[in-house]
Amino acid sequence: MSTPIVSSPQAYELAANERSFVKWNIYFGFAVLSVGVLHGLRQALNYAGVDTMNSIPGMHGYYQGLTVHGVFNALVLTSAFANGFMALTTARGFNRKLNPALLQAALWTLLLGSVMASYAIFSNQASVLYTFYPPLQAHWTFYLGLALVVISTWLTSFALFAAHYGWRREHPGERIPLLAYMSLVTYWMWDIASLGIAIEVVVLLLPWSLGLIHGSDPLLSRTLFWYTGHPIVYFWLLPVYVSWYGMVPKQAGGKLFSDPLTRVAFLMFLCLSIPVGFHHQFSDPGISPTFKFIAAALTFGVFFPSLMTAFSVMYALEIGGRKNGGSGLIGWFFKIPWRDPSLSAQVLAMIGFLLGGATGLINASYSINQVVHNTAFIPGHFHLTVGTAVVLSYMGIAYWLVPYLQDRTLWSPGLARLQGWLYFVGVMFLSHGLMSGGLRGMPRRTMMARAAYAKFEPSWHVPGLMTGFGGIVMFIAVMLFFLIIIMTAFFGEKRAAEDLPLTETIRPPDNRGWQIGLDNFGYWIAITVALIVMAYGPFIVTYMPPKLTSPGFQAF
Amino acid sequence: MKIERYEEIFLGLSAVVLILFLNALLYAGLAMNLRVPGVAGMIDPAKVRETPPFDHPGLHQIAPGKYQAVIIGKAWSFTPKTIEIPVGSEVTFLATSVDIDHGFYVDGTRINLMLVPGQISRTTYRFDKPGTHLLLCHEYCGLGHQFMYGKIVVNKTVVK
Repeated sequence: MSTPIVSSPQAYELAANERSFVKWNIYFGFAVLSVGVLHGLRQALNYAGVDTMNSIPGMHGYYQGLTVHGVFNALVLTSAFANGFMALTTARGFNRKLNPALLQAALWTLLLGSVMASYAIFSNQASVLYTFYPPLQAHWTFYLGLALVVISTWLTSFALFAAHYGWRREHPGERIPLLAYMSLVTYWMWDIASLGIAIEVVVLLLPWSLGLIHGSDPLLSRTLFWYTGHPIVYFWLLPVYVSWYGMVPKQAGGKLFSDPLTRVAFLMFLCLSIPVGFHHQFSDPGISPTFKFIAAALTFGVFFPSLMTAFSVMYALEIGGRKNGGSGLIGWFFKIPWRDPSLSAQVLAMIGFLLGGATGLINASYSINQVVHNTAFIPGHFHLTVGTAVVLSYMGIAYWLVPYLQDRTLWSPGLARLQGWLYFVGVMFLSHGLMSGGLRGMPRRTMMARAAYAKFEPSWHVPGLMTGFGGIVMFIAVMLFFLIIIMTAFFGEKRAAEDLPLTETIRPPDNRGWQIGLDNFGYWIAITVALIVMAYGPFIVTYMPPKLTSPGFQAF
Repeated sequence: MKIERYEEIFLGLSAVVLILFLNALLYAGLAMNLRVPGVAGMIDPAKVRETPPFDHPGLHQIAPGKYQAVIIGKAWSFTPKTIEIPVGSEVTFLATSVDIDHGFYVDGTRINLMLVPGQISRTTYRFDKPGTHLLLCHEYCGLGHQFMYGKIVVNKTVVK
């Protein structure tokens, strides 16, 4: 017994303009990644005491490179990948064309925004890191560029929502195909989540950088940033979850256990991702510990759907492993098709995410956070989440997605397999180095190779070396990835068009009863908004109006 | 199906574990008084040096064994840079920034504050062991961020 996760399992052809949209977004994202990881390598070496920061002509040191690394990898790559991949999964899920004008507009907005922000960063007018806290002030093109990147995600979401609306009118009473469902919830969550950063940039920072208003409000800006800054990690993660739920089971030779459980997990991400931003501000002044504790409690709530995901994905892998003759309590794990580079990269990404999730729970743990806040423990943690769970999955997905988009076979699957493992080993060293250093007080976001106080702390030495070594291995792995992708796109063997690897579900969606409510996004959005008002309302009401007392500083 | 039973057990255990963790935090916060920094007042960042207590930065004894340390963060130094206290002292730190965001992190303790212009940061800590702690800025604050640090020296002298 099994049910498809798309409206029509047979016969699908991606429209030419949609194929081009997906290609542009994915390839642009990877091009941006190539610049981002170059600076990532330089930061890892910096922890090992090697200062390469003045070795690239035209670059002005460590923090400019750090800004490139954060903005390119965490903001632009992730937005581009989500736009491209979720457009594909929505079109495939509904078997429907997306509005071509919206897609066109989304792509151009993304490109324009990226160019503007890059101009500001590379001309050394925006070394403010990807969190851009005022009163450090960047050039206005930086803020406008980032706003356009966010608007490109909104334009993409409108194309997805329009497809949903059109499909619903033609299919009254039917359940939304699961693949489209997951994609839609991802963008509903993100559209609500990104309002914080949009308001911060458009109302406070952009006019301030243009000289129209003379002061900034540092605390309010931090709060608006983290309103978006936590759920943005789910905007990175959920497209990968679409692959883990919708495609990995098929690639492993198994099936997804439960359609309704999957929908509930995604809805929990919608409702609980956003009202938790204060857990990034445990050390901030001016915010009541009560609000901070509420955020901590809700963060424990949003951990739950990730545990649900662990169950669903592990079960799908287990079916595949047992089919291949695996037995015993864990014997099946060694029998999943490890030879498939797309699957092996994503399973390694999941293993990394077990550690990333556990360390994330440490960060969210209120008083325990005081031990690690803004130490190197934090980048150690998020190189396991966004740096492994997300980016290593992107690479795994690319191993079927690029062949799909080009109608060519993957070039050198053996090398691709090695690539995933190499990256995994590298990131384990890097994250262990950063986290063990952080627990000994090594700060994050600091030019450690030149830090005046590093000589007082010999215990940072070995963690720094591990970080540098891990960074080198990761960099080699990413370069291998680009080689494989470029060779596939240009020299892979031509093949007939194939469909996406799509799983089926064992427990089907029900057309009657409580499950119908899962497809009615209006209810869930109302609950989301209510939780946001509960978590942020008391702070905003007691804090307003904005205190525009801080002039801008260009201390870079 | 067996799997449905497993599903229930797994989800039940997940919920129980998370609730236990959360209760441990509640216990630490309420019974052990391990809380994160909160609201300690606002200040005009342009007038920090004229506003008490920041008009007199430094260490002030407020009772036997109890001190108040008033500290100003500025790109790229702390004022004062070094604080000396006898072992066993309980120190309440009051700190703010006159320009951009800074960090206030004391190695080997749980003192971990953000200094945000316009806001006063406050925390209290008891230094029970002699030794020297590194105080460092752990929030990016521009080109000289890696030079911004200080020291807290805990002397063996017994509290009067």
